[in-house]
Amino acid sequence: MIQIENLTKKFGNAISLDAINLKIQSGDCVALMGPNGAGKTTLIRLILGYYHPTNGQVLINGKNPIKERVDVLQNISFVPQLPPPIKLSLEELIAYVCKSTQVQKEKILHFAQEMELDIEPNLKKSFFKLSGGMKQKMLIAISLARRGEIIIYDEPTANLDPKARDNFHRLLQTQNHPNISLFVTHRIDEMRDIVNRQIYMDLGKIINDEKI
Amino acid sequence: MNNLFLIAFLDVKESIRAKWFLIYTIVFGGLIALFFIAGVTESQVMGFSGLSRLLLMYIQVTIVILPIFILITTVRSISGDRDNHILEYMLSFPISLHHYYWGKVIGRFATVFLPVLFAMILALFIGLFKGSGIPWNIFILYSGLLFALCSSFLGIAFLISSIVKSSEIALGFSFFIWIFLLAFIDIALISLMMQNRLSEELIIGISLINPMEVFRVAAISLFDPQLTVMGPVAYYILDNIALPLFILFSIAYPTLVGVLFAFLGFKIFKKTDLV
Ligand SMILES: Nc1ncnc2c1ncn2[C@@H]1O[C@H](COP(=O)(O)OP(=O)(O)O)[C@@H](O)[C@H]1O
Ligand SMILES: [Mg+2]
Repeated sequence: MIQIENLTKKFGNAISLDAINLKIQSGDCVALMGPNGAGKTTLIRLILGYYHPTNGQVLINGKNPIKERVDVLQNISFVPQLPPPIKLSLEELIAYVCKSTQVQKEKILHFAQEMELDIEPNLKKSFFKLSGGMKQKMLIAISLARRGEIIIYDEPTANLDPKARDNFHRLLQTQNHPNISLFVTHRIDEMRDIVNRQIYMDLGKIINDEKI
Repeated sequence: MNNLFLIAFLDVKESIRAKWFLIYTIVFGGLIALFFIAGVTESQVMGFSGLSRLLLMYIQVTIVILPIFILITTVRSISGDRDNHILEYMLSFPISLHHYYWGKVIGRFATVFLPVLFAMILALFIGLFKGSGIPWNIFILYSGLLFALCSSFLGIAFLISSIVKSSEIALGFSFFIWIFLLAFIDIALISLMMQNRLSEELIIGISLINPMEVFRVAAISLFDPQLTVMGPVAYYILDNIALPLFILFSIAYPTLVGVLFAFLGFKIFKKTDLV
């Protein structure tokens, strides 16, 4: 469960999150929406324990994501909006993931294959040399292999072609584990089959929160 | 494998593939090669010759350029990782900040220290091949000095990376610190000395806070202290402090400064927003 109480985050004088209260429970599959600058990424970074709240707190299964970072992140898999230009080779990136999370390499390779990412000939290649779509597929494969209790995707399909997007949605639906998913998305119609709750943010506040 | 060494190991692998590392290795290896080609070992300058002379020249150049190399490459890679969101992704895995930070420190240390050390070992081998005697005391002292030099500037670089979040500003800041330690402190102290405002002891004391000055003096300390190549500060120090004590200080103090700064950097890294 993600429990957010009176959460405020300021950068200098600018308020990015304004006293937010939110509870996301097991089984919730959330589409997090809102215009650019609404505070979606800031909220996610607070959940991941990257930012220190100006006020209020975030609890993941009752744990503080900053103080109990390793415990909390053990259960979260995250895919960022834009795949970063990681300089490690795919092989090294996989080693990093496997050693830090105890995920098996075969699982990552399996989901890469499901995402139609031809990984074997690219294992020695630097991650940043892959195409945008391939990078995104790789990160998605890693996140699916981790099977986090909580998955957080910041616009996961921005770089994907329609076929890859379908694959991704199919894989999500076959995952059927009773946990929390949080998707930042601008295309709700695309996610309608997957999500069961829609949260709309603007100017650092939650404007609307409904089950769908 | 422990996460600490995983991070260090991956950092080393990543660095070895980077262009800066190639340039870095070529510069220091090339320096040694150049000195040999220029016949430094054959020349007899100011009373000392052969490999000793070559190693002295090497360390004197290294003391000037190694700090800026370390500062720029380290600061650029750490805050670069932050700027382009690599850090955001890599830290989403359950790795403690303690392991991440110190793993990076260890990895960086290996990549900056080993090439300069290998360049010196290369010199020993060529020297051996040419039949010159090996000045072991100088070699060991300089290895210690390089170790301390790498530690202190790596510590400073990690502290800067933790405080300054943008890589542009961090780079500018690094450059300023380098110039400051290299030249400005000396100039300021010399002018103070000439004005006779402060006692000599105090000025020497202040100059010993600067690791760069410590390296400069320590590098020539094994040679004859009467030599005119040394500045007044070096002369004064070597005249007043027992040599073994000063050598110990010249290695322990900068190493300590580095560890202290790196530790401070870690505290700040933990206490502030990560990305
Ligand atoms: N690290 C930061 N420093 C300063 N301002 C920030 C930072 N991160 C986000 N902001 C500001 O906070 C607001 C919300 O940003 P963000 O959470 O990225 O929005 P979204 O993801 O909804 O587009 C924006 O006005 C942005 O400029
Ligand atoms: Mg965003």
